[in-house]
Amino acid sequence: MATPSLAVEPASPFRVSGVVGNLLRATSRNRKAMAGTVLLLLFLVLAVFPGQIAPDDPSAEIFMPGLGPSAHHLLGTTAYGQDIFSQLIWGTRLSIIIAFAAGGLATALAVLIGVSAAYLGGIADGILSLITDVILVIPIFPLVIVIAAYRKNAGLFTLIVVLGALGWSYGARQLRSQTLSMRTRDFLESARVRGERKLYVILFEIMPTMTSLIVASFLGAALYAVLTAAGLQFIGLGDPNSQSWGTMLYWAENNEALGAGMPLWAIAPGVCVALLGAAFALLNYAFDEISNPALRPSRRRRREELPE
Amino acid sequence: MSGERMLEVRDLTVAYHSDRGPVIAVDHVDLDLSQREFLAIVGESGCGKSTLLYAISQLLSPPAEVLGGEVVFRGTNMVSLDEGKLRSIRWRHLSVVMQSAMNALNPVLTVAAQMRDVCRAHSSMSDTEIEARSTEVLRLVSIDPVHLHSYPHQLSGGMRQRAMIAMALLFTPDLVIMDEPTSALDVVAQRSLMVQVKQLQEKLGFAVIFVTHDVSLVRHFSDRLMVMYAGQLVELGATRSVFEQPLHPYTRGLLEAFPSIHGPKVPLLGIPGAPPDLARPPVGCRFAPRCPSAAARCLAAVPQLLTVDESRVRCVLHERVPAEVSG
Amino acid sequence: MNDELVRTEGLTRHFRVGKMLSRHDLHAVDDVDFTIGRGEIVALVGESGSGKSTIARLLALVYRPTSGEIYFEGRPLSAVRTRRQRLAYSGDVPMVFQDPYSSLNPAYRISHGIGRGIALHRRDVPRHRQLEEIERVLDAVGLTPADEIRRKFPYELSGGQRQRVGFAQALAFHPKLIIADEPVSMLDVSIRIGLLNLMSELRAREGVSFLYITHDVASARYIADRVLVMYAGHLVEQGPTEDVLRRPKHPYTQLLLSAVPDPQAELGIADAADIGEPPKVVDPRDGCRFQPRCPYAVAECATATPVLRQLGADRRVACHVAEGDPQDLAASG
Repeated sequence: MATPSLAVEPASPFRVSGVVGNLLRATSRNRKAMAGTVLLLLFLVLAVFPGQIAPDDPSAEIFMPGLGPSAHHLLGTTAYGQDIFSQLIWGTRLSIIIAFAAGGLATALAVLIGVSAAYLGGIADGILSLITDVILVIPIFPLVIVIAAYRKNAGLFTLIVVLGALGWSYGARQLRSQTLSMRTRDFLESARVRGERKLYVILFEIMPTMTSLIVASFLGAALYAVLTAAGLQFIGLGDPNSQSWGTMLYWAENNEALGAGMPLWAIAPGVCVALLGAAFALLNYAFDEISNPALRPSRRRRREELPE
Repeated sequence: MSGERMLEVRDLTVAYHSDRGPVIAVDHVDLDLSQREFLAIVGESGCGKSTLLYAISQLLSPPAEVLGGEVVFRGTNMVSLDEGKLRSIRWRHLSVVMQSAMNALNPVLTVAAQMRDVCRAHSSMSDTEIEARSTEVLRLVSIDPVHLHSYPHQLSGGMRQRAMIAMALLFTPDLVIMDEPTSALDVVAQRSLMVQVKQLQEKLGFAVIFVTHDVSLVRHFSDRLMVMYAGQLVELGATRSVFEQPLHPYTRGLLEAFPSIHGPKVPLLGIPGAPPDLARPPVGCRFAPRCPSAAARCLAAVPQLLTVDESRVRCVLHERVPAEVSG
Repeated sequence: MNDELVRTEGLTRHFRVGKMLSRHDLHAVDDVDFTIGRGEIVALVGESGSGKSTIARLLALVYRPTSGEIYFEGRPLSAVRTRRQRLAYSGDVPMVFQDPYSSLNPAYRISHGIGRGIALHRRDVPRHRQLEEIERVLDAVGLTPADEIRRKFPYELSGGQRQRVGFAQALAFHPKLIIADEPVSMLDVSIRIGLLNLMSELRAREGVSFLYITHDVASARYIADRVLVMYAGHLVEQGPTEDVLRRPKHPYTQLLLSAVPDPQAELGIADAADIGEPPKVVDPRDGCRFQPRCPYAVAECATATPVLRQLGADRRVACHVAEGDPQDLAASG
């Protein structure tokens, strides 16, 4: 029984099981990934335990309106007498939910459509690619506005569905390309020859090898969801009574916060949207870098590469 | 040694920087090449032969790095040369034929255009001179010059490879380095390519370093044979001697791993096992775990390179009491 | 014959190439007849483009023949229609692939592929005995200790070990015939022998037949009982290995043998300057496809496609010029 053959750039042995181990190790090595992870974790904590951190009820209009930052109100109060800091903390939850849910929905659709199109080929591929291209080309934001405007005061559910249903096309393209490049891999032919069904091959043979790409796709979709949702809420298409950064911006804008001496009311949620977006973007870049080695085609005496 | 020393490689060491630390792919290798000599370098995956080749032609890029040693080509140490001086040497005196022509040839340029690129990069020939020379080199490799206007995908595999060799000969260099030029070809095309290369070499007088994993290919073509294993030189000698009396157990195992077509049919063993992980090289002889003649002292230290008649071998089996002069 | 496992008759496979308006037919395999017996190792030798990989895939039911028939244990493969029937067949005739670096799914451990094979094809192995069976086949192909190997990921194994896993996967089906498509050509030379020996052992121990597809005649000689020589889609020569290699009757076989580098033989290049290449067989006309390169071609060779003729016990050659007595041909070459 031999030791593994020479690898010029050897793979590290993992203690944790394959896929998860790959991801953890890759994350800890990459500076962008670390930064993005820290940021994201921060927001996740805020989203899960808002009550522990925020001092006040965000919607309670009990304070003096228009106060500047102070020990009591770290970011001051709104024109309605609400604590801005509490609003900010509580608003995290909704933004995170939208990011993950809409991002998740978009990714699920991207995977389903992209991988199936490439694997099924022929007419199925033709039709799915056509649909993908059409949605890719249509400017999303105006379309989202139109749809959201149809359902006035779009609730959370509508928002998620609309964002998810329109945000999958870019990822679908990428996943389709990646799947196409994998069609010649022998292990897929091997699976077919031993009698696996096509659906099995797509779900259990192809997809597990693309986890990096799928995660990267999800991060991109989440980023898109955060920014677009904030934008929609800002122009008033969200539920104005909900607690989110976008609605904060909406109300701040309505009351001309920047000009009327309450700049933090607008700046704070804006910065948060940007930071959460940055977290996803950093992780996205990092995962692109990680998943690239997997895209290299196999050569005869190639180095042993990580699949992720 | 007859003729001027074309190439002298002394103590060359090349490492790849990886997550697990430096991996020494070429470990203190020495090499000499005379004019018009055909040297074959043989070894299997991970032996470092391709890295050695790239190091000699100064084509290494990060994460690979030359850690030590020198490559003296026609009296000049190339390791210390800058890009400008290197360019004046490249192609005029030293050219390289890559492993896969389909990867090395530009798919969107015709053969003529690529030859023009090369000529313009390394000389100031006029367009008419370039065309005449391109036609000439294609004829040398038995390609009809009408293919000057073909694209690489329009040529067959064998023709593409010969076109690459033609390009390498544009300036009639002193040394042509070939990295497994036949591995993508079928047996019949392989044979005719080898014969062609040998004929060209004899006619034009250039030296050849030919890297391959298939030792049986070079039996009738190379003057000397160098065997590499796990980054080290393990045997070097005249081709005929190496084939008839292999000194190193690895060489012996390698030569016996080819089932014969015409000879008696005998059960063979090959060389079970695999080369060591060069990120953590063993303390002793790197071949010892797979060696049928290994002894305890083989694991203690890396054997010295010994001289046996006209050959060199890195194996304690050839130590004579008292200890032999080593290289 | 009872001992006959596979028999093909007039096996033909064409592919449509070209764009919609200019359709051409690529004749990958034309009119091929051969048999494979029980416990026999048959080598299918040819260069790239000869059609040998297509034959492998026809036998593996990846493609259906354009015409002609394949009989497995006497029953025609065209009758295999339902999923159940296909599963049963692929359980009897699995395939081992060429590239050890892409034949195993990198995301799963070694046990995965073997386990799936058992789940699909071995009703006789209940769930709780699967691991046992996985370890049994890993043992059988020399990958020990099996309980350690099955837990590893492909990147932890060498090329030779991965190919052995490929054989283990095939063995797990309890197959009758294994189609090995160039199983050693991407491995280091010193490792190839180990795998060739493995195939011989498996034949001896488990009684499995092999269709060994290769471009390396020397390895074919090493393990095969019979050899089939393909050129440009046609089967040009077949017979017992020693016989064909000692007395090749088809000019292409002779050329092939003369080109094989044999370190133990002296170089006797009569005419090593043949730089022809096998033709791409798109919309071919009648006539022998080797004729442009053949030193013995006569007028008939350009117009009439030669068919396989019996030229001695168990020897068939598709050539107008080849004689039953080979001494004449060899002397004039």
